[in-house]
Amino acid sequence: MFTAKRLIRSFLISIWFMILVFPIVGIKIVKRAPEFFCSRVLIIGAITFVLAVLWSWYFEVYKDKGPSNGAFSRGYQKLSVFWQTIVDDKRTALKLILILFIAFMILPVFTSMYQTTVYSLAFLYVMLALGLNIIVGIAGQLVLGYAAFYAVGAYTYALLNQYLGLGFWVCLPIAGFITVIAGILLAFPVLRLRGDYLAIVTLGFGEIVRLLLINWANFTGGNRGIANIPRPGLFGIELSTEATTIYVYYLCLFAAIITIVIVARLVNSRVGLALQALREDEIASEAMGIDLRKIKLSAFALGSCWAGFAGVLFAARNSYINPTSFTFMDSAMILSMVVLGGMGSIVGVTLAALVLTLMPEYLRAFSEYRMLIFGLLMVTMMVFRPQGIIPPAKRKYYPTALQNEEKN
Amino acid sequence: MHTNQKPILEVKSLSKNFGGLRALNDVDMYILPKEIVALIGPNGAGKTTFFNCVTGIYIPTEGEVWAGREGQELKQLNGVAPHEITRFGLARTFQNIRLFSSMTVLENVMVGRHTRTHSGILNAIFRGPAFKKEEQDTVDRAYDLLKEVGLEKHWKEEACNLPYGAQRRLEIARALATEPFLLFLDEPAAGMNPQETVELKELVLDLRERFNLSILLIEHDMGMVMSLSDRIYVMEYGSRIAYGTPDEIRHNPQVIRAYLGESEDA
Repeated sequence: MFTAKRLIRSFLISIWFMILVFPIVGIKIVKRAPEFFCSRVLIIGAITFVLAVLWSWYFEVYKDKGPSNGAFSRGYQKLSVFWQTIVDDKRTALKLILILFIAFMILPVFTSMYQTTVYSLAFLYVMLALGLNIIVGIAGQLVLGYAAFYAVGAYTYALLNQYLGLGFWVCLPIAGFITVIAGILLAFPVLRLRGDYLAIVTLGFGEIVRLLLINWANFTGGNRGIANIPRPGLFGIELSTEATTIYVYYLCLFAAIITIVIVARLVNSRVGLALQALREDEIASEAMGIDLRKIKLSAFALGSCWAGFAGVLFAARNSYINPTSFTFMDSAMILSMVVLGGMGSIVGVTLAALVLTLMPEYLRAFSEYRMLIFGLLMVTMMVFRPQGIIPPAKRKYYPTALQNEEKN
Repeated sequence: MHTNQKPILEVKSLSKNFGGLRALNDVDMYILPKEIVALIGPNGAGKTTFFNCVTGIYIPTEGEVWAGREGQELKQLNGVAPHEITRFGLARTFQNIRLFSSMTVLENVMVGRHTRTHSGILNAIFRGPAFKKEEQDTVDRAYDLLKEVGLEKHWKEEACNLPYGAQRRLEIARALATEPFLLFLDEPAAGMNPQETVELKELVLDLRERFNLSILLIEHDMGMVMSLSDRIYVMEYGSRIAYGTPDEIRHNPQVIRAYLGESEDA
């Protein structure tokens, strides 16, 4: 465990780390003069040293013995076996889905109002993450400005309501439609771009939409945002605040379920196959007769409309919106849900969206370190499991010729 | 040779410039129904550029490309988008394999059915009987094509896990799924061992009969080219320097010079 080489290496790592954290931890400005806190830095250095030794020792021991050893990987293997049985056995999967569904259905009865609103936000993020999953995970087009579509949806409802007095249920399809138009408008100029270039253009698009909302103040309300957006109506019945919250919760839940079902069906279809082919190889998919322009536009349209619906629900849930809800941080957050969950994986992305929205709420105590934990989580995921929590399930198409023997 | 037959592909003085470089210079070619034609030449002679011009990936600078199914009028294809050309009935494989590597073998071939199927977004969402029928049909036809190229055992695997020779055959199956009348094979035997090359040759001959195909292939394996092709075109520096039957090509002094270089006293 304590070879000289490892100790030297760990020592160097700890020195490097101490230099790195010194400006943040080691210096404090007191009355305009810097004061130095060397002991803190040394403690951090010592901790880093111990961790570095343990880390490299762990890898040496367990890499040689293969992935089947070690408590961590054993536990992980059990988990993946369990997961595989769920995927393979439709009845177990259905039972699990049913349990989850009932749990979410009765949730508002047991939790506080605040919890209920948190969960409805989590369902909105499920919609957003699944929508972005179509563009990034399935069609492979890296989009960094997804929050812009979310903003378009939310502002469509807010503005249509403010200026024309249109209600929630009328605005929902209109907002979906307008977001699709926005998606297509963005897609047209970027048809020839891919990878980093596409990411930069879409990043710019996200900022343009946000700045437009801020600066076109006499139309959008600027930084002040739009207040008094009506909650969704229920056949004209007046609801108490509490009842509305629960009503919004169920709306968000059902919207999320509908999203999951429709996205799952799209992925397993002719269009879905074409989208996946686009992700794998553009030139080959063109040579296979796929119209690149059409399929890219479809990807953007199909992906953006969910952000539009989620935006309307968001505006109705909060009854107040302003541009700070649609920053690059939100786009990055949604993108990390897709990446953490597993690109293209519907179950994984749904799970990641729920975890990443609910985790900060339950870890209030650590709220100062939220971004730190988040960053650590991302790095660990990329090192140990770059394919995401749950890699996309392969749909099994059965040739008729094999159907009988396969199913027995 | 059946000289009275009408060609299914006619290329007239095709040229392609990349900036100041003339990659293709006045190339003519015709292919008759059910003919296997080889396009050979040293590296950099412009063979793949020719393929790319005919299949629409590049737009030719000058010249015309006409094609049509046997017994139908020819249609001009230059300037037409690649996916339209595929729909029209020209399919291709790639020199450096371009499979959809993280999709399964079956799904790869299913993508090839894209132009021959019609389900849209709404069909996918509602999953009506017509959608289901088309999907099952796509699956079955893809599986049948895998049988044709001998890959049916691997249908569930991811394409990138197949051995090299099998990946080549999968590319052919995927191209066949588009229902072409003319198949372009870009170095199909590259990287194959002699045994695999022999199998590939038999496969190509077999597919021509079963699918009523004409085939244009680029290939460096001379044994395969000579024994497989009905006619051979030879290119050098972007120009066609010779064409004819394998026997004629074998004894053509220009071809020998292009391949072996000119000796000083020749």
